[in-house]
Amino acid sequence: MRRHSSGRRGLALATAGVMLASLGLAACGSSSSASGTKALTWYINPDIGNTDPSKGGQASLAQICSKASGGKYNIKVQLLPNSASDQRIQLLRRLVANDSSMDLMSMDPAFVTEFASADLLAPVPASMDKEFKADRVDSAIKGATFDNKLIAVPFWANTQLLWYSKKVAKAAGLDISVNNPVTWAQVIDAAKKEKKQIGVQAKLYEGYSVWINALIAGAGGKIVDNPAATAVDTKLGINSPAGKDAAKIISTIANSGLGGPAMGSSDETAALALFQSKAAAFLVNWPYTYAALTGDKSDVGAAVYPRTVAGKDAAPPFGGIDLAVGKSSKSPEVAYQAAACITNEKNQAAYMAVAGNPASRKAAFTDPAVLKAFPNGIAATILKSLGTATPRPLSPYWGDISTGLQQQFSPPSSVNANTPVKAQKFITNVLKGKALL
Amino acid sequence: MSTVEDTKTGARSARRGEKKPQISDRTRGERKLGWKLAGPAFLVMILVTFYPIAYALYLSLFNYRLTDPAARKFVWFQNYITSLSDPLFWKATGITALITIITLIVELVFGMAIAMVMNKIVLPRKTLRTIVLIPYSIITVVSAFSWLYAFKFDTGFVNHWLHFLSFGAFDPTYNWFGGTWSSLTIICLSEIWKTTPFMSLLLLAGLAQVDQSMEEAAKVDGASWWQTQVKVVFPSMKAAIMVAVVFRALDAFRIYDNPYVMTGGANNTDTLSMLVGRETVTRAEIGMGSALAVLLFIFVLIIAGVLVRGFKVDLTGDKN
Repeated sequence: MRRHSSGRRGLALATAGVMLASLGLAACGSSSSASGTKALTWYINPDIGNTDPSKGGQASLAQICSKASGGKYNIKVQLLPNSASDQRIQLLRRLVANDSSMDLMSMDPAFVTEFASADLLAPVPASMDKEFKADRVDSAIKGATFDNKLIAVPFWANTQLLWYSKKVAKAAGLDISVNNPVTWAQVIDAAKKEKKQIGVQAKLYEGYSVWINALIAGAGGKIVDNPAATAVDTKLGINSPAGKDAAKIISTIANSGLGGPAMGSSDETAALALFQSKAAAFLVNWPYTYAALTGDKSDVGAAVYPRTVAGKDAAPPFGGIDLAVGKSSKSPEVAYQAAACITNEKNQAAYMAVAGNPASRKAAFTDPAVLKAFPNGIAATILKSLGTATPRPLSPYWGDISTGLQQQFSPPSSVNANTPVKAQKFITNVLKGKALL
Repeated sequence: MSTVEDTKTGARSARRGEKKPQISDRTRGERKLGWKLAGPAFLVMILVTFYPIAYALYLSLFNYRLTDPAARKFVWFQNYITSLSDPLFWKATGITALITIITLIVELVFGMAIAMVMNKIVLPRKTLRTIVLIPYSIITVVSAFSWLYAFKFDTGFVNHWLHFLSFGAFDPTYNWFGGTWSSLTIICLSEIWKTTPFMSLLLLAGLAQVDQSMEEAAKVDGASWWQTQVKVVFPSMKAAIMVAVVFRALDAFRIYDNPYVMTGGANNTDTLSMLVGRETVTRAEIGMGSALAVLLFIFVLIIAGVLVRGFKVDLTGDKN
C-alpha cells in the first residue's frame, strides 16, 4: 500500500516537472524578447502557398522578410477563411476584442475604411507615408486612402479583365484589342450570335457587388456620393441613369440565358469553370484566371474590362489586398517595417510571378519573371486596366451597402428598370436603422 | 402510522386556517443539505443560462454597432418596433414556419413508419437502429454540403439520373438553387433525411411502452389495424409523440446550416436564425441582432407552450 502511494507521488511530481518545463519552453517561444526578436503574426488570405513557405505565397514572403530583418522580427502566418466576407468577420471580431496578435493583416480594400473609421487600426507612420506610396499604381493608393490619409499599405493591386476566346470573337466579328475596348452590348451580341455564354459573378456575395459597382461606375455613376459621411447622412447614387444602365446589362445577360443556368449562384470559381468548359466564350475575372486555366491557352485573349456605355471609359473593378496593422498590436512600428519589406520591389515582382496576384508597384510589371507568367501582353493589359480601375465606395458602411445591393439585385433574372429605385430606398432605410438587412 | 400522522397534521392545519403543515427537523435538515449540495450547480446554471439572456435583453435596447461605437445610443424598444414592422422579418418568419411545418409532418409520418418496422422486427433490431441513425450522426453542415453538391447541376449526380430516368425529359442543367420553391424543396428534403431517424428513435421508445395486451384486446374486439393504431397505440404513446414533436419543432424553427450553405439566403430563403446571424455577426449590429434573437427566443417559448398544452400530457407524472 505504502509502495503504491509513493509511486503515485512520484508520478505526480514527474507530471508537475514536465508541466513546469513545458511552461518554460512555451514562454521562450512566445516572447523571444530575451534575444530582442519581435514575434509578429500576419493574418494572410488564402493564396498559392497558404501557410506553406515553400510555394512562393505570402508565407514565403514572411520567411524571406524574417530572415532579412536580421533577427529584428520573426513573422508567423495565420490563414484566414476563403471569402472576403468571412475574412472581414474574423478580423473584425479579433480587432474588436483587442487581440494583441493582430500585427499584420491582409485585408480587402473594401473593408479597410470600415476598420480605420472604427479606430481599429494603428496609424501609418508619417515617416513611411512616402515609401508606401512610391511607384504604386494610383488605384492602389486611392483604395488605401480615407479622409486624405493613407490608412494601410498597398500590397496587391488586383483588377478584372475581359477574358475571351479569340476564335469565337473572330467568328462573331468582334474586334477586341488593348487599343480597341468593347462594350457590354457588343460582348452580349457576340455571345448571342455564336450561342456562347458569358462568365459573370452574380451569387449573393461580395463579388456580385464588385460587378454592380463596375457597371455603375463605368456609366459615370457613383454608388455612394459622400463616402466620408455618417450612416444616416450617406447619400446614394444607385437610383440614377448609371444605375439603370447597370440593371439593363444584368437583366439582359440573366434573362437571355447568356449567364449560364447557374448565373444566380456563380462566383469566380464557377464562372472560371464555365469558361474552361467552353460553354462560355467570354469571362470577366481577376488575373489569376490565366494561371488557373489548364490545357492549351493559345486561344485565350485578355482585354480591358468592357465599357458600360459606348464612348465612355470602363471602370474596371479594383480589388487586391492592403496590409493593415491592428491597433492592439504590441509592436506596430516593427509591423510597418515588415510591411515595407513585404511590399518592396523585389518581393512584389517575385510574388506576382509565382502567386499570380498583381503587384501594386508599377516596376514589377516589367520584371522578366512576371512577363513570363503573364505572356502575350497580359501584364501590360493589367497595368493599363489598373490605370482606370475604380475601387468600391470607400465608405465605412460599405458592408451594409454591399449586402443590400446583392439582396436587391438577386436573383439576377428579377433585375429590371425598377431595381435601382428599390435598392436605393432599401439601403437608405437600412443605414438609417429603419429596416433590417 | 403515517396515515394517522397525516390526518393529525391535516386536521391541525385546517384548524389554523391555511397554514402549511409543520415539517420535522429531519426533513428541514435534509432540505438544507439539498440546497448546500445542489446550490452551487444551481448558481452556475443561472449564470450560464440567464446571464446571456438578460444581457441580450439589455443590448437589444441599444442602437449599437461594433464598428461604430461612438454612435451607441439607448433607443428603448425601437429595435423591436423596426423588426416587427419590417416585411423582411415576417418573410423570414414565414419561411421558417413553412420549413418547420412541412418537415415536422413528413418526419412524423416517416418516423412513425420506421419506428413501427423497428418495433416489429426482432432479430436485426440493433443493426437496423444503427443503420437508421447514420444520417443523424452526420454533422448538419457536412450533410448540407453533400446535398448541395449532389443537386448542383455541374458537380451533382441527381440531375444526371433524373435526366436518364425520365428518358431525357428532365433538363440536366436545371438549377435547383435558382428559385425559392426548388431551393426550399432541397432544404426540406435534407432536413427530413437528416432528422427522421431522431424522430423514429423517440417514437420507438414510445411504441415499446405500449401494452401488448391492450392491442390484443382490441384485436379480439374486432378492431381493424387502423382502429387499433388510432384508438389504442397512439393514445398510449402520446407523451413520446409530444416529446418528439416538441424537440423537432424547436430544432426546425432554429434552422440555420442548410439554407446558409445551400443558398446563403438568396431567392427569399432567409430563415429567422440567418437574419439574427447576419445582423449580429456580419453587420456587427449588436443591438438589432439581440432584439431579433430575443424575438426568436419568444417564438420558441410560444411554440413549446402551445405544443405542450395542445398535447395535454402531464410530464411530471404522479409526483405532484
